[in-house]
Formats: sequence, structure tokens, C-alpha cells
Amino acid sequence: MKVCVKLFATFRNDRFKEKVCEYQEGTMVSDVIKALDLPEDQLGAVLINARHVEADQELKDGDSLSIFPLVGGG
Amino acid sequence: MATLETFLKDAAQGDLVSWSSQVLAAQRFDLTLAGVEGAILDLDLLPARYQRNRNMISIKQQRRLFDSHAVVIGCGGLGGYVLEQLARLGVGRITAVDPDTFEEHNLNRQLLSSPRLLGHAKVEVAASRIADINPAVTLVPVRAAFGEDNGAEIVAGADVVVDAVDNVPTRFALAEICGAAGIPLVHGAIAGWYGHVATQYPGDTTLQKIYSRFKNGKGVESELGNPSFTPGVAASFQVAEACKVLIDEGDSLRHRKLHLNLLDMEVVEVPF
Repeated sequence: MKVCVKLFATFRNDRFKEKVCEYQEGTMVSDVIKALDLPEDQLGAVLINARHVEADQELKDGDSLSIFPLVGGG
Repeated sequence: MATLETFLKDAAQGDLVSWSSQVLAAQRFDLTLAGVEGAILDLDLLPARYQRNRNMISIKQQRRLFDSHAVVIGCGGLGGYVLEQLARLGVGRITAVDPDTFEEHNLNRQLLSSPRLLGHAKVEVAASRIADINPAVTLVPVRAAFGEDNGAEIVAGADVVVDAVDNVPTRFALAEICGAAGIPLVHGAIAGWYGHVATQYPGDTTLQKIYSRFKNGKGVESELGNPSFTPGVAASFQVAEACKVLIDEGDSLRHRKLHLNLLDMEVVEVPF
């Protein structure tokens, strides 16, 4: 299945800004995070199809997945 | 002897009262500059310093700003610009909260810092700066770290709270306390080239969602630091939001976050 993955801010470094990725059926958000080697302790908001998701969730063909790093400075 | 009312009406040019007349009225009638400012606005006149506000902010709204109390938590990168802009806007009462003194690593970005003020308490410098740029504004310095223990007391009576802190646990405490107190919260955060802003009304949980995956430590700002320009950009968005909360204008960033990327020059709206 195809999922459009959008990365923001520092998560783009050495990765990409937006890319349609091929995954196996049943792939979870956490699998994508691991596959992209995104640091767990720097994870900010995660959205599927512009809706915020807190818990891990299974992705579906055609989904758009947005992942932001944690920005907390002032 | 003329009353304050006739003095101000006579001093007005059109409907503008100059700063020198405001100062003279305070001396002549033994009032504070804030007291005179309130009297000017009550007469449907405008202190001349706000004349460039007037085509977007009515005299009635300027009066609302003057009657408003904004609490700014954090007087560092974001907070310095937030305080400056709120005071120039004419928000009558501003509480500035921060436990720290200025250090050398603040100088690259924190508006209130300068070499001669290293070691000085940030909130005291804020009070001095605001007294200089708009003496009709009352700035209340609170040299303390905002937390669950003192938070409710600090925000009591505020019309809006601005989140300019530098860590996520304090932001959670702010969101909880403002929610419980029924006060709108304007959230802002920065890291390097990036930042975001959102406005949260009581009952909303945007901030809690933004940081729902937070475990501990700092965000990417710990690696990136912060340059001179990102705080000013994010803080300006925050003050625009605070202004709209106070005068009830426009569409706020409620249920959405504006993600700012100054490296690729992108502004992305993220729904929450």
C-alpha cells in the first residue's frame, strides 16, 4: 500500500520533505517512525489525514502521515 | 480651576491627546499616567501615541486593551518581544514572570538583554524597559518559576496568558491551570529555524495534544539553539493572537497550530 509521508523541521534532515512510500498491509505508525529512524524522544505531533493521533495506529492505503519534531524552546 | 475633563478636552487636537498633555494632566491633577490614560479613553479621546492603531483598533477597543491584564510566563526569547509589543499596544496591566537573571548566552536573541544587564533579574529589566517605553502601562514583575504550586495565584484575574516558557512540563502546568481558571492561553514555542503558535481556550486541549508524545527532556531546541529572528516571529504571532483575544476580533488559532519554518519559508496550518 502507498502512504504519503510528510516530515517537518529537523526530521527532513538527511531524509525528505514529502514522499510516497510503499509499506506492507498492517503497517503501524510506530513501524514508519522506526523505519525512518526518527528519534522517539524528539517526537512532536503526528497526524493521519490531517487528524491528530496519539496512540499507535494502523495505516491504510492512500493515507497521508505527517510527523513533527518536538519544539519546546522559548 | 479646570476639571480633568475640561483640561483633556481643551488639550485634545481633534480627538488626540498628546503625551505632553497626558504628563501635564497627571502632574496638575495628582494622578498616575495610567489614571490619565483611562480618563482620556473614557472621554472617547485617544492618547496620541496610539494614533497608528486607530484604523484597526477603535477607541473602545483601545479602552478594552487598557483595562486588560495580560500575564506573560517567561521573559526570555519569546517573552522579551511579547512584553515589548503588549506594552506598545497599550495593554494596561502586564504581569511578567521569570525566575532567571540575564546570562551571556541570552545576548544573541533576548530583546531585553544587554551586556550591562548581565546578572540582572529578567523581570526587573522588563519593568524598567516597559516604564521607559510606555509609562502608562503597569508592569508587575514576579521573580518566580511558574509551577503547579504558585500558578493559580499568578494567573488570577488575567484576561489572557501568554506562554513564553522554555520547557514542556511548565507548559502542561500552564495549560491545566489556565483551563481551570477559565483564561485563554496563547502558546508559542521555538527551536532554531522553527516555531509554532496556537491559542487555547478553556476546555481545549491543543497544547496537550501537541506534546502528547513528550517523555522528558527538551525538544530539538536543545540541539539547534535559537537565533535572533525566530523568537521575534513567533512572539509577534502570539501578540497578534493575544490582541484578538482581548478585543474579540478576527479568527484565532483555536483548534489549530501554525507551524513556522523559516529555513524553507513555509507556514503550515495544522488542525487539532
